[in-house]
Amino acid sequence: MSAELIHRLHFAFTVTFHYLFPQLTMGLGLLIVALKTVALRSGDEQWDRAARFWGRIFAINFVFGVVTGIPMEFEFGTNWARFSQLSGGVIGQPLAMEGVFSFFLESAFLGLYLYGENRLSKRMHWFSAVMVWLGSWISGFFIIVTDAWMQHPVAYDRLPGGQFQVLSFWQLLLNPWALLQYMHNMTGAVITGSFVMAAVGAFYLLEGRSKEYGQIFLKVGVIAGVIASIAIIFPTGDLHGKYVARHQPAAIAAMEGLFKTETGAGIVLVGQPNEETGQIDNPIVVNDVLSFLIYGTTKAEVKGLDQFPRDQWPTALPLLYYAYHIMAGLGTWFALLMIVAAFLLWRGKLYTAGWALWALLLSFPLPYIANTAGWMTAELGRQPWLIYGLMRTSEGYSSTVSASNGLFTLLGFMGLYTLLGLLFTVLVYREISIGPEPKPAAAAVHAD
Amino acid sequence: MGLIWFWLVAVMIVGYVVLDGFDLGVGVLHLFLARTEQERRMALASIGPVWDGNEVWLLAGGGTLYFAFPLLYASAFSGFYLPLMIVLWLLVLRGVSLELRNHLAMGVWQTLLDGVFGLASALLAIFYGAALANVLRGVPLNADGYFFLPLWTNWKPGPAPGILDWYTVIGGLVALVALTLHGALWLSLKTQGELEQRARRMVGPLWTGLLALTIASLIATIAVRPASLDNYFHYPVTFIVPVGVVASLAAIWIWNRKEESLKAFLASCVYLFFMLAGACWGVYPVLLPATTGPANDITLARALSGPHTLAVGLAWWLFGMALAATYVIFVYSRFKGKVDLETSAH
Repeated sequence: MSAELIHRLHFAFTVTFHYLFPQLTMGLGLLIVALKTVALRSGDEQWDRAARFWGRIFAINFVFGVVTGIPMEFEFGTNWARFSQLSGGVIGQPLAMEGVFSFFLESAFLGLYLYGENRLSKRMHWFSAVMVWLGSWISGFFIIVTDAWMQHPVAYDRLPGGQFQVLSFWQLLLNPWALLQYMHNMTGAVITGSFVMAAVGAFYLLEGRSKEYGQIFLKVGVIAGVIASIAIIFPTGDLHGKYVARHQPAAIAAMEGLFKTETGAGIVLVGQPNEETGQIDNPIVVNDVLSFLIYGTTKAEVKGLDQFPRDQWPTALPLLYYAYHIMAGLGTWFALLMIVAAFLLWRGKLYTAGWALWALLLSFPLPYIANTAGWMTAELGRQPWLIYGLMRTSEGYSSTVSASNGLFTLLGFMGLYTLLGLLFTVLVYREISIGPEPKPAAAAVHAD
Repeated sequence: MGLIWFWLVAVMIVGYVVLDGFDLGVGVLHLFLARTEQERRMALASIGPVWDGNEVWLLAGGGTLYFAFPLLYASAFSGFYLPLMIVLWLLVLRGVSLELRNHLAMGVWQTLLDGVFGLASALLAIFYGAALANVLRGVPLNADGYFFLPLWTNWKPGPAPGILDWYTVIGGLVALVALTLHGALWLSLKTQGELEQRARRMVGPLWTGLLALTIASLIATIAVRPASLDNYFHYPVTFIVPVGVVASLAAIWIWNRKEESLKAFLASCVYLFFMLAGACWGVYPVLLPATTGPANDITLARALSGPHTLAVGLAWWLFGMALAATYVIFVYSRFKGKVDLETSAH
């Protein structure tokens, strides 16, 4: 295996595993604020207990996010040294800003939130929850800014040695790509949070235990879920897609499996791209829809891959195509399911509709898959570029770190993260089994 | 501008060592000092609300290094690839084992998690010390400013060194003992009863060891890199740094004897500051010396980012760190005083 491939896999594996945690942190952070707000306004102890229950799961999830996140910042230097040397002057900034503006905030208030409930006033404890949520969303923003600059470089010039430097702080932060991607991504995180909360609620109701809490979780999860599941398609997904089509036309063509330029291009719902023959095998196509989605008219011309030299095609074309289709397909399912669930909730029938509860319960892993697939779409679509149009991926990895050393640490991470995944599952399952009810007095004194 | 950023990065590193230093030290010590479950929880509760925030200094410092000195970041991180990856694994294990203890507080799990936490803490301290010693000794940089070091070669700091040689091992031991001492002082400040007394008694032997190691590391550094003294002789006023090291060591001893825990702990912070400042000053204006000849040194000027980047960075950095300092002070003030297990539950 080539060193380039190993370094790509190294980053891809660790960042994919990492992002399983922050998406829940960011989504749940918002929902915990919702729970705390109701508790503060109504004075209802039950909502406080609900918030405490999710606070415990949040804490576990947060720590896994932190410990798997630290390697990410280091890997820019360890595995992508040539890229870092040239681009550090730009993308080092948002990465450092994440630490300075977000992590200090987040860690400080999480400590207060988790350890300080007995030391703080109710309002102050609510405020801690808000700050933890805000911290996690600020953190997400700076990461998106970093990625957006690689997708769509703005506000830079180059020094004589080839290094990039940033010209404008605000243009870097307000990169249109970043704003669109941020809205889309945060909506995705809320989907994960709301599906997880709704699934736990459905689980309790189907088990016939902790009913009051199950209903609270379902109510909050479904309301947030229906808003986010619609917003992920329209407007955020729609806007982001159109922007990608304008600035990375080769990526859109590959995502859609459009080999040949077409007027009134159809959208491929199912099928397997065949790079040899340049067509889709076993296709199910709806005519004209792609032209309409991108340009708002059914007769517009959409550029196919035939318009681009072969060395500018995304390198992992089939994977990009599948990732995009998985994301879009699951997104459709989320909207359908949540609209139905929200309707049942409104009619007062959700808590007894067994089939809907089962569907919500079984759907909880899907947002994780969709978010992962969405990120794969973004990053594979950027290929073969590391910085779009400016630096190729093959020019960026650490040339002094051999494939063999890279494989050694990649295997290390795989082993370690397998262990973490198992531990995480056990821990969260244990918290769900214990449930949100107040513990008997003796156990309550105990540390957790 | 370069000088400003040099010192800002240095501030971040000192901040990290002083803050995460004590929770690493507590990690090492709780295995030996805390005898009962109650005591162990007290020891860990003293770092529970803050360890995660302490680690942020590492991330924020790494990020600052990344954009202010991209060449140094790229060269050092890829060149120290293997030990850095091990450090990352240790950070993962350490964070998870500490957090899990809050959720799996029973028999076998507890023993395992405490063991992992203690061992990872000790190894991290050793690696940090060895890393600093590697920088002081120098690495075999090529003309492009890159290198790759194996974990060890012949254990000698010659022209083809490894990460570990006799010199860097001394550096690792200094860090281990210094941070363990730092942790003991933190425990005597934050805990009560038997545990507090045991922590205080532990300071004596640790202090003696640290004194011996500090002297040994000083002699070894001069032997391995005689040029370390040039800056000091050029600006004799900077001999205040070694004087500060000695004075803060003495202060730790005296205040610990008087059971003035806070002052003793702060003296230990000052000791760590002077040790790091002394090391920086010993190589300045080089950031990463080359064993392959001074032409290959990564100097401040060579590694520095473009002027626009630095100007933009300075504006938000000062604002952001002022904000961050406010949170840090706020959190420490909220959790000031001795640990109270009743109210610190989570």
